[in-house]
Amino acid sequence: MGLVLLAVIWLITLIGSYFIVAKTWWLPVGASAAAASIDHHFTVSYILMGGVFILAQLALGWFVWKYRDRGAAAAESAHYSHGNTTLEAVWTVLTIVLFVGLNLASHSIWAAERIDPAQPGAVQVEVTGMQFAWYFRYAGPDGKFGATRPELEDASLGGAGALGLDSNDPASKDDVITGVMVVPVNREIEVILRSHDVIHSFFVPAMRFKQDAVPGLAIHMHFTPIQTGEFELACAELCGLGHYKMHGIVKVVSQEEFDKWLAEREAEKQ
Amino acid sequence: MATHEHAVHAHAAPQGFIRKYVFSLDHKVIGLQYYFLALAAVFTGMFLSLLMRIHLVWPNASIPFFGDIKPEQYLSLLTMHGTIMVFFVLTTAPQGGFGNYFLPIQIGAPDMAFPVLNMLSFWTTLLGFIVLIAAFFVTGGAPLHGWTGYAPLSALQSAGPGEGLGADLWITSIAIFCIGALMGALNFITTTLDMRAKGMSLMRMPLTVWAWFVTAILGLLAFGVLLSAGILLLMDRHLGTSFFVPVTTVNGVLTGHKGGSPLLWQHLFWFFGHPEVYIAILPAMGLCSQLLSVFSRKPIFGYKAMVYAIMAIGFLGFMVWGHHMFMSGMNPTVAFSFSVLTMGIGVPSAIKTFNWLGTLWRGRIRLSSPMLFAIGFVSLFVVGGISGPFLAQPVLDIYLHETFFVIAHFHLIMGVASIFGIFAATYYWFPKMFGRMMNETLAKAHFFLTFIGAYCIFMPMHFTGMGGLLRRYSQYTEVQWMHSMAGVNKFITFAAFVTIASQFIFLFNFFWSMKKGEKAADNPWEATTLEWITATPPPHDNFGGVTPVVYNGPYEYSVPGAPKDFVMQTDPAVGDMDQKKGKH
Repeated sequence: MGLVLLAVIWLITLIGSYFIVAKTWWLPVGASAAAASIDHHFTVSYILMGGVFILAQLALGWFVWKYRDRGAAAAESAHYSHGNTTLEAVWTVLTIVLFVGLNLASHSIWAAERIDPAQPGAVQVEVTGMQFAWYFRYAGPDGKFGATRPELEDASLGGAGALGLDSNDPASKDDVITGVMVVPVNREIEVILRSHDVIHSFFVPAMRFKQDAVPGLAIHMHFTPIQTGEFELACAELCGLGHYKMHGIVKVVSQEEFDKWLAEREAEKQ
Repeated sequence: MATHEHAVHAHAAPQGFIRKYVFSLDHKVIGLQYYFLALAAVFTGMFLSLLMRIHLVWPNASIPFFGDIKPEQYLSLLTMHGTIMVFFVLTTAPQGGFGNYFLPIQIGAPDMAFPVLNMLSFWTTLLGFIVLIAAFFVTGGAPLHGWTGYAPLSALQSAGPGEGLGADLWITSIAIFCIGALMGALNFITTTLDMRAKGMSLMRMPLTVWAWFVTAILGLLAFGVLLSAGILLLMDRHLGTSFFVPVTTVNGVLTGHKGGSPLLWQHLFWFFGHPEVYIAILPAMGLCSQLLSVFSRKPIFGYKAMVYAIMAIGFLGFMVWGHHMFMSGMNPTVAFSFSVLTMGIGVPSAIKTFNWLGTLWRGRIRLSSPMLFAIGFVSLFVVGGISGPFLAQPVLDIYLHETFFVIAHFHLIMGVASIFGIFAATYYWFPKMFGRMMNETLAKAHFFLTFIGAYCIFMPMHFTGMGGLLRRYSQYTEVQWMHSMAGVNKFITFAAFVTIASQFIFLFNFFWSMKKGEKAADNPWEATTLEWITATPPPHDNFGGVTPVVYNGPYEYSVPGAPKDFVMQTDPAVGDMDQKKGKH
């Protein structure tokens, strides 16, 4: 029985380790400035924790077999010991260093992503979630987002109507509202997250970006795309029956294309 | 102290079926009532998870007697699965079930401190379960807001099907459960502090008792908060208050709320929710410590370190709730503080793991079925313990939050590891509870199928989570990046089939052994704690009119010079024995 258990535990460890080493499944290729450092920290954690996993399971399997009860024939009884204070101290300190140290090492990345605000020249995009769609708003040439009023919201109108844009506010005249998020490459994007109804979460895996959109709050976050292309986004917070289809596209283009695209949208409004 | 308390609290043996088995005041009967409630709940919850797994892999399949599963029904299934499992299984079986049955016996008491309160706490819990299940049968069905019930989704009746009466029943059920849990917690704390037999000092209590005791303290502090939060949520839904809801529109219609904070609900919920994780796992940790010592025939490695680790986990458990909210919009500096504390709670957990390995080391391990599950627990706990530090770091949580990596983590450590604790306890204490042994061959088959099955289900979820597979999606057909994971998802569903099927081996063994199992001796495992000195099953007052007196710690195995390889807690003190024999 001991041998069977050893075999099972070691086999599970072996298969688990294979996938850890082979990286059969892994995060998608990163397309933002932060992705490299986040992925690096992920890899460091993966190697350390993978090591702990393998060592602990190997020891567990080994002990179970090695110290199995060999019946009456074996004269030696179990070792009578209530423990060892030095050992307790050693592994307590080791774990503190490993766990807390690992975490503190990640503080600079977290600070850059979340604590530090966006730079002044960042491209502002307001992202609004509602059951079950995302809307993206650009302030236009005046650099000001027009006022929105909840009582004006009508999802069936789409665009400005869905957001409840107040047409009496002069700042709202040049606001551009789209269903696809278009952003220029290598520019910091400041996202202003809002929600009309319940909590949604704006998740763009390739950008290593996720943030809840909470009704009543305007949450400012930022990321910098470093690759052009189309990247899928999806809602990551349970928001109701249509949660599974609340997805969309972040389209990263060159600065020129972005300017052209925005100008065209402005022209359409006239 | 002890004799006085016993005289006050002992009650006469009941007559008649109703007083004996239904409205019983006997902690042993109440323990079994909790256990059978959890057994009914776990099979219900498991069945719901099976429907979910089938729907994820074959979204258009029609289920016999059920029909198609619509997106909102899928969300109802996951809400009810989580609620049933967390409250009525993981909180009910280890604490209400085994804690009720064995805490008084293990400390040498004739019953709980407040037998009537004990009976009320069970019947309250049962009422909570009935109210919860009723949510399936009302108009709109069960709620779709998940077991965490995030507002405003849970606060607005218009937010989706199931958010009407179904959601009201869900909240009411949880509130009722909280009241039952609070009564139980009071009873456990008082009993442990006031009812211990002579000589049962705190540092001679089995680690199971320590775990139940600290779990009760956590329950007392946590369930009160959830109860209040639930009441506030009901007020938001029906009395026009706005605790959790700001100005909102659903489908362009103003809800009439203003000024509330959705994050307030999350703070209140997780202030309960994180300690709840330890409420589920601590009893299993205590039990597995116990079993590793019994079946290794060795004292537990580092008893005091284990006690302090339980206390540290309980204490820190109240300071880490914010790690569920890294992506919620909470202040990022606060988030990082929560993250440091969360990594800190890994330390006492790691200490326990090292001590478990230390207990096995140079032991004489008997691989009986309770021990197999205890070893399985350690293995699963390690896996759940190393995925935790990923999620505890906000930088990594940016990507992993709400993916299947989270599902893998908490199912392994809070779900499966705790369930392994429940199985280990069942196989270990069955002979004491029912006077018969469970079939060992069936038990071993059950262990290996469940152990391998659980890994096959939950190990791949770490990888799909890394691939970005999001939880609470009723279908993976819409989002492009999830398509590539269809094969793994199918594998997980097949593994779930096999694992769930093998639970019927357990069920059969359980009921068959109750009637037909081999008669059990009073102390079949040759263990030292007080439940093994009394008759099998124990008499109404637990020790047949005798009050045990304790001279030893709970883990005196393989004591050099002792006549047998175990010294009962009531045997003459180990130190005296050594002197008489002239050892050391």
